[in-house]
Amino acid sequence: MSAVSTPRRLDVRGTVAANPAIVLTFVFIALFVATDIVNRAQSSEAFITGRQVSTTFLYAAILGLMAAGQTLVMLTGGVDLSVATTATASAFMISSFARDGTVVAILVALGVGLGIGLVNGTGVAIFRVNALIMTLGVSTVTLGALTVYSQKRFLAAAPDFVVRLGSERFLTYIPYDLLVWAPIAALIILGLRYSGFGRMIYAVGDNPVATRLAGVRNWQVLLAVYALCGLLSAAAGILLVGFNNAADLGIATPFLLPSVAAVVIGGTSIFGGVGGYAGTILGALILTLLDSLLTILDASQAVRQILYGLIVLVLAAIYARAAASD
Amino acid sequence: MNAVATTQGRVAFDWRRAARRHGWTVGVFVLLLVLVLYWRSSTNLPWGTFDVQSLAIDALPLAFVAMGQAIVIISGGIDLSVGSMMSLVNVLAAKYMVTSLGDATVGSSATAGSFGRAVGVSLLLLAFGFLAGAMTGFIIHVSKIADIIVTLAMLFVWAGAALAVLEVPGGGTALRYQNLVTLDTVFTAWLPKALVILLVVYALLWLTIRRRRPGLALYAIGSNRSAAYLSGINVPQARVFAYAMSGTFAALGGLALTAASGIGDPHSGDIYTLNSVAAVVLGGVSLLGGVGGLLGVMAAAFVLTLVKTILIIKGVDQNYAQVIQGSLIVLVVMIGGLAIRQKGKSGG
Repeated sequence: MSAVSTPRRLDVRGTVAANPAIVLTFVFIALFVATDIVNRAQSSEAFITGRQVSTTFLYAAILGLMAAGQTLVMLTGGVDLSVATTATASAFMISSFARDGTVVAILVALGVGLGIGLVNGTGVAIFRVNALIMTLGVSTVTLGALTVYSQKRFLAAAPDFVVRLGSERFLTYIPYDLLVWAPIAALIILGLRYSGFGRMIYAVGDNPVATRLAGVRNWQVLLAVYALCGLLSAAAGILLVGFNNAADLGIATPFLLPSVAAVVIGGTSIFGGVGGYAGTILGALILTLLDSLLTILDASQAVRQILYGLIVLVLAAIYARAAASD
Repeated sequence: MNAVATTQGRVAFDWRRAARRHGWTVGVFVLLLVLVLYWRSSTNLPWGTFDVQSLAIDALPLAFVAMGQAIVIISGGIDLSVGSMMSLVNVLAAKYMVTSLGDATVGSSATAGSFGRAVGVSLLLLAFGFLAGAMTGFIIHVSKIADIIVTLAMLFVWAGAALAVLEVPGGGTALRYQNLVTLDTVFTAWLPKALVILLVVYALLWLTIRRRRPGLALYAIGSNRSAAYLSGINVPQARVFAYAMSGTFAALGGLALTAASGIGDPHSGDIYTLNSVAAVVLGGVSLLGGVGGLLGVMAAAFVLTLVKTILIIKGVDQNYAQVIQGSLIVLVVMIGGLAIRQKGKSGG
């Protein structure tokens, strides 16, 4: 009896698991329509406009970059809880080095991100510390250091170039930050699929013992991945300070859980080895849209946090089920 | 011959085995003693009962939550939700232990309820902690998601709930309830009641189960889950139990925060997730599970608290002290990781 119904359910789940992008695109469009309906009900204005689509991409670039690093780390079976603090540190650097020239400020910001990533990588790859604990610890230390730093150094407004990059558009609809996000996204998607390093990330995440026996130096791959994650988070921080115009200690905090959630929504396995960045991009877009919807509904930070926590739980459970039924 | 030798081996006290089993715990206590002596010698002000009391106040929340974390880690899991569970219990306690919350905008302060009310609320919140922890464990068991992800998600869920209960610091509790932690002593002024409460909780919640079925099950599933299953241990039940204990201890930590500060703050528990793991590692519990005890963890909580106290006494900026303490915690965890690595190498 049940044998008849089971394969059909498995089939649907299997399709979802194999092509999360199709389903996610559908969810994204559905969410857009839902937001439109809610917005029409609340302020009798349409939400589906060229302007709003453009804004959604503008906002999503920051989360998308943070989640890019998170995707790479989660593909190796880890997680990076320092992405938000790294972005904050990068935003601080942009503000405090603004007087030394835009190029210097951006280089310092990226350098700090790389540094934090290398510290994380050293702990995880060489000392074999649990990724979560290592990155949480580094995040705490960095935040403390930033608190001290913010008392000692004058923070200027972000340079014009960064502000333009983070908040303006060209040709009416295309945000400048897409010029940063789109090439990086293409590089990551293609790199993960076609480059040796990309395949190595999947292999290490899938079975570290096998890769070690095959002669891969796992620690080098892990160190590089955490360093890249630091760099990408720093890039997100640059866009963020450009968007906000000024840095403060809490500037990136709301992005931490969404960065994990975007990856989980995108179908990347928490255990590593399965997934990719295309799904994460859709995850970031969906979460950005959800955020707009919650803003229209006037939801508090408390409600958002609970909701994001539950989204991670429910989706992780769905993907775990789908993977188990393979 | 052989048999005789074995029997003698059993009768004679095995020093090496004892050193291997308890060496680390003793080491942590020695470290604590050294730090206390250093602390005492580094202040010019008279050092006395007041300092002991203040250390107990500061260390109590961490000691509680670290014990709960230790139980989960011994069982082979990890609970990242403890920090915000503490915040949640803290704000719930501060909100419901007062008869009226007051309104900061018009300058009226909260009206503290009676001591009996505070105790009643505490008991309810302990039950809440137990059930919430059990729920987390149950979700981990049913959903088959990694415990790290589930507890990370719960970290945010409880943090959101804490914000929903009290958005800004507020509330309060009965003065007598605060005195339990901040003022009262037992027999002598050198023995703060906070410490006695900690030891009583340790005896009641851990010593009673450690050598019995539930405690042994925790160690068994932590060291080898399949072997534990094959020897007839109800693995899901033991896992849920571990998280329920963690929730209970986190609730105790949240209540300790309430008593120590006399106020509810939705961010009060933020640092405890990481610090509890650090105390567990420093206390000699392996992150791989199955190894260690709670006594060393308790001492480690005092060590970590004392390090920060000493740094501040030494004139280090509060924020720098946070950075240094955080760096030390990362170092402790890294050395712990190295120890696991060495063990893995020698064990093949």
